[in-house]
This record gives sequence, C-alpha cells and structure tokens, in this order.
Amino acid sequence: MRELSLHILDIAENSISAGASKVEILVKEDTLNDELWISVKDNGKGMDEEFLAIVMNPFVTSRTTRKVGLGIPLLKQAAEACNGGMTIDSQPGKGTELTTKFQDSHIDRMPLGNLADTFLSLLIGTPGVNWVLHYQVNDQTFHFDDSEVKRVLDGMPLTDYRVIEYLTNTIQNGINGLNENGFKQGVNHAYN
Amino acid sequence: MPTINSVEDLKRLREEAQKIKEMRDQAGKTQIVVGMGTIGIAAGARETLKAILTFVEEKNLPDIILRQTGNLGLSGMDPVVKVTLPNQEEVVYVKVSPNIARKIMQDHVVGGNVLTEYVFKE
Repeated sequence: MRELSLHILDIAENSISAGASKVEILVKEDTLNDELWISVKDNGKGMDEEFLAIVMNPFVTSRTTRKVGLGIPLLKQAAEACNGGMTIDSQPGKGTELTTKFQDSHIDRMPLGNLADTFLSLLIGTPGVNWVLHYQVNDQTFHFDDSEVKRVLDGMPLTDYRVIEYLTNTIQNGINGLNENGFKQGVNHAYN
Repeated sequence: MPTINSVEDLKRLREEAQKIKEMRDQAGKTQIVVGMGTIGIAAGARETLKAILTFVEEKNLPDIILRQTGNLGLSGMDPVVKVTLPNQEEVVYVKVSPNIARKIMQDHVVGGNVLTEYVFKE
C-alpha cells in the first residue's frame, strides 16, 4: 500500500465483512505532539481472543483452519516502523475498534493520501452502512455523518450523478479546507 | 397479505413493498461491482472505482448502481470489475486500470458493446 488512506479502506472492508451497520473512521493529526492517530470503529460481529491473535499475527499461529487476510498485520507493521503501534478492542457480538498510532514526522510514515476518495468509495460503494468520518488536524475538525444525507434522500440512490457531485464536493472541500487551516495553525503554535 | 394487526405487521408490509420496489428498480439498472479486497486495493481498485464515479457524474448517467465488494477470488487479476446491463449476463473484466474503466463505461455501459480484450478468461 502506498498511502494510509488505502489501509483505512482495507480495514473498513473488514468492518463490512463483519456485518457492521455503522462504521466510524477517525483520523487525527496532532502536529504539536507529533502524533497521527487512525481508528476504525464498527458495530459488527466482533472477534473472540483466539481469532484476534490470528488476525494480529497470522504467521505465528499454528492454526490454519481459518483464513485471515493480511490487511491488519500490514498496517500494524507500518505503525510499528514509525514508533507507533496498533491496538484492537473487540467484543463478540458488539463490534471492533482498531486504533493505530504513528509518529507523525517519522521518515517512514506513509502519506495519508487521498482520504476523500477512500471515504467516497466506502460511502457510495456500500450504501447499507452508516458511515461517519471524523478528521482532525490539531484543533480543526471536519465531521461527516451520512445518515442525514440518506434521510433526506429517502431511498434515492447515492449513485445519482447529482448526489455523487454533492458528496464529492462536500467531502473533498471539508478535508482540504482542514488541511490548509489545520497545518497553518500547527506551524503557528510551534513557533509561538 | 393478511390483515394488519400490529405495528410489526405494518413494518413488514412496508419492508415487502420496499423489496419489490428495489427489485423493480434494479431490474432496469446497470450494476457495476468493483472488487476491493486487500490485493484489489493495493492494485488500484479505489482509483478504478473513482474513475467510474467520475464518469457517471460527468456524463450524467442515470440508472447506475455501483457497489464495492470484498475479494472476488481472481488472484493476480485485480482490479476486477463486474458489469451487468439490464437483462443481460454479467461480464467480468480484469486488470481494470482507471483508463480501461473509462473505456468500459463508454463502450459497454453507454454503447452496449462488450470489450472482449479485457474480459476474464478461464
């Protein structure tokens, strides 16, 4: 994977596979403490401890009966290479919250990449899920919850070209606006 | 449908009406599915999906249903895109770059001609 946003897409796919009806994606860049946090929280079927161990370390386990992907270990490895790490809090029947932390300025830290396209792919590609994005750069936040949009549309498909246009603009502008202001603010703090 | 006796019945009635509506709606629409497993994503499936979305938006295409799904099980063939025109067989395209995706949208989805050179062969 070339960008953290692609990892986010991949991790969110697990939430969809777990039958989640609500998925919240949080990306928080804190330039003052030099931290980047990414978390994906769902209300899917969750994992028991045994399965969690396999998911985190697919090559260490002797069990081969359950097939698991490599998405989680890849992101975990990326975080650990940047003085960070990953925690997974999961309860069968309740859901899963996966959190990763990176040293923001670490030389090996992948760029966040196109978060807007990741979120749009999920939102439009899986309309049965309630998607929430919370993106924060220092004190600036962009929060998007698709339930309001879906309520107003009342069953109209998100692939209607006017809807695509609206969603693309809203999400892109929200994220880009934050990048500009949030980082300026970070720089100001750092020098003041 | 038996007599409505409770709120639960009402709910079921509404759900059934909704299902019929969805079936009717989908029968007249083109379905496009992009495989977004780990390998698909690494191979560029998000960019492929975005190219399709942008095409739909720019050309104001009506009646398109775009979905993404997990790994479609064609290893080494990602990104995989399945296209189903109304009342036609599903066509599976493999190694679909954003450029090929735009071609598929133009020639197949709009024009009705399958692009055999990109179709999956066993």
